[in-house]
Amino acid sequence: MGMTIAEKIVARAAGVAEAHANDIHTVELDYLMSNDGTTHLTIDMYNNLKHPRIADVSKLVWIVDHNVPCDSPKTAASQKKMRDFAKEHGITFYEGAGVCHQVMIENHVVPGQLIFGADSHTCAYGALGAFGTGVGCTDYLYGMVTGKSWVLVPETLRFNLSGQLGNGATARDLILTIIGQIGANGANYHAMEFAGPGMASLTMSDRIAICNLCVEAGAKTALMEVDQVTLDYLAAHGGREPAACFSSDPDAKFEKVYDIDLSTIVPVVAKPHFVDNIVPVSDCTGIKINEAFLGSCNNGRLEDLRLGASIIKGRKVAPTVRFLVVPASREVFLAALKEGILDTFMEAGAIVMNPNCSVCWGSCQGVIGEGETLISTGTRNFKGRAGHRDSFVYLGSAATVTASAVKGEICAPKDL
Amino acid sequence: MGKVFRFDNDVDTDQIIASQYLLFPSVEEMAPHTFESLDADFAANVRPGDYVVAAENFGCGSSREQAPSVLKALGVRAVLAKSFARIFYRNCINIGLPAIVCKDLYDHVQSGDEIELSMSEGTVTAGTQTYACTKLPAHLQGILDQGGLIASLNQD
Repeated sequence: MGMTIAEKIVARAAGVAEAHANDIHTVELDYLMSNDGTTHLTIDMYNNLKHPRIADVSKLVWIVDHNVPCDSPKTAASQKKMRDFAKEHGITFYEGAGVCHQVMIENHVVPGQLIFGADSHTCAYGALGAFGTGVGCTDYLYGMVTGKSWVLVPETLRFNLSGQLGNGATARDLILTIIGQIGANGANYHAMEFAGPGMASLTMSDRIAICNLCVEAGAKTALMEVDQVTLDYLAAHGGREPAACFSSDPDAKFEKVYDIDLSTIVPVVAKPHFVDNIVPVSDCTGIKINEAFLGSCNNGRLEDLRLGASIIKGRKVAPTVRFLVVPASREVFLAALKEGILDTFMEAGAIVMNPNCSVCWGSCQGVIGEGETLISTGTRNFKGRAGHRDSFVYLGSAATVTASAVKGEICAPKDL
Repeated sequence: MGKVFRFDNDVDTDQIIASQYLLFPSVEEMAPHTFESLDADFAANVRPGDYVVAAENFGCGSSREQAPSVLKALGVRAVLAKSFARIFYRNCINIGLPAIVCKDLYDHVQSGDEIELSMSEGTVTAGTQTYACTKLPAHLQGILDQGGLIASLNQD
């Protein structure tokens, strides 16, 4: 019986010839990523173990990215605990290098791996053909101590992409449209696999944006085939070699198949307070905003910043708007700096900040106040996600967010 | 018997415990802020043995284990929902907080009602009515029975 990409990766990690949906397998984990959102609690649990031990320290990557720089003495204490532990045990450690998933993709992830991340957007690694899935700190600790975990093999929803994006739409509009179509739990417990001739036109940045957001439909993981785009990316990022390159077999069993013509996608926004509350941008035109955010693991890469800069060049941020521009990593920041993109944003009146999760997670920089409205390239628009519980978050593409920052109200670039 | 605290569809983990509290040093310090955006009095009113009852996709969003942990710290006996988001569900089992799929309960109870869960029977009783729950897969029931995933690491 044929296997999907998800089934093949689990089989490899379990050391078995075949794995199939709804089987439970014990797997060897390739990496365990954790960030400052939960690691302090993991360390407390580790210290309470009867026999604390780390199976393989080379598998652990710890990244401080959620509150950078730190915003309070309590946060400082939690981050210090993480920093000290990483140093004591020789754990690969990043701080200020960028949002954890971007840092992992730039430096560590290779095709065929099975990776646990103590962060829901770990599914982003599917862009490189790796099975990334989000876990809590108890699962993380178990993997850290044993090097293993158990996995329920997910059924797969297959998305066959054809054509090319047009109409001013981006990969983010595509994935938001899909989430709107299948709903916030439309892929619960499932793998979302993307394939088809439409893949060829999608850049690595596009692919990361698509896979990263799949958890907003409830997906356990997202997966894509390895092609020349993947191999070129790996070659340019340390010359990493794939562990294994998988495609789904012709007779693999998909729970459902969706055919999507990319040329039909239009710019959309997710209205408060649900990511699946999707409407065309034109339905929200005129809604006044107080803040705009261009950044995050979903849409803070060089391509996104280039797109924003091309729109705002020669224009100004509306006087009523704070426009936060936050590159997703140090690599992205430096590249944008060299291209003059950050100059363009600064000259337009944007607030350019260091790589970190920023207002996407609503605890650190740029939180919004009572009654305020944010348009964001972040990952979520849940109630209170970006600050006060009585505030409003709209999600849109880098193009929509930048155009809205200029106009002071939600709009598409063509409306400027 | 325990009291019902009832929530709707798609309650995300940011609503259960908001981001600004996640880096507090301990779960005990976070717990007073549980469900702050939806029911600011929840933490003050909930008592050990009470239940959280919800509709579809409870616990969607972030992987923060603090979400089930604050519920457990406040003494919530179990979360009973029509369906759960997968990371939250797995986290609940891992920390030893029963997360039980019960399709019919939500539509027949209100906040403040008294209910009783029988894990062994796989039922919930509300007044004179009894509702069937979906039993946990054996693997997960095993984790729950031993008191969570970490307990297995502490066996000699």
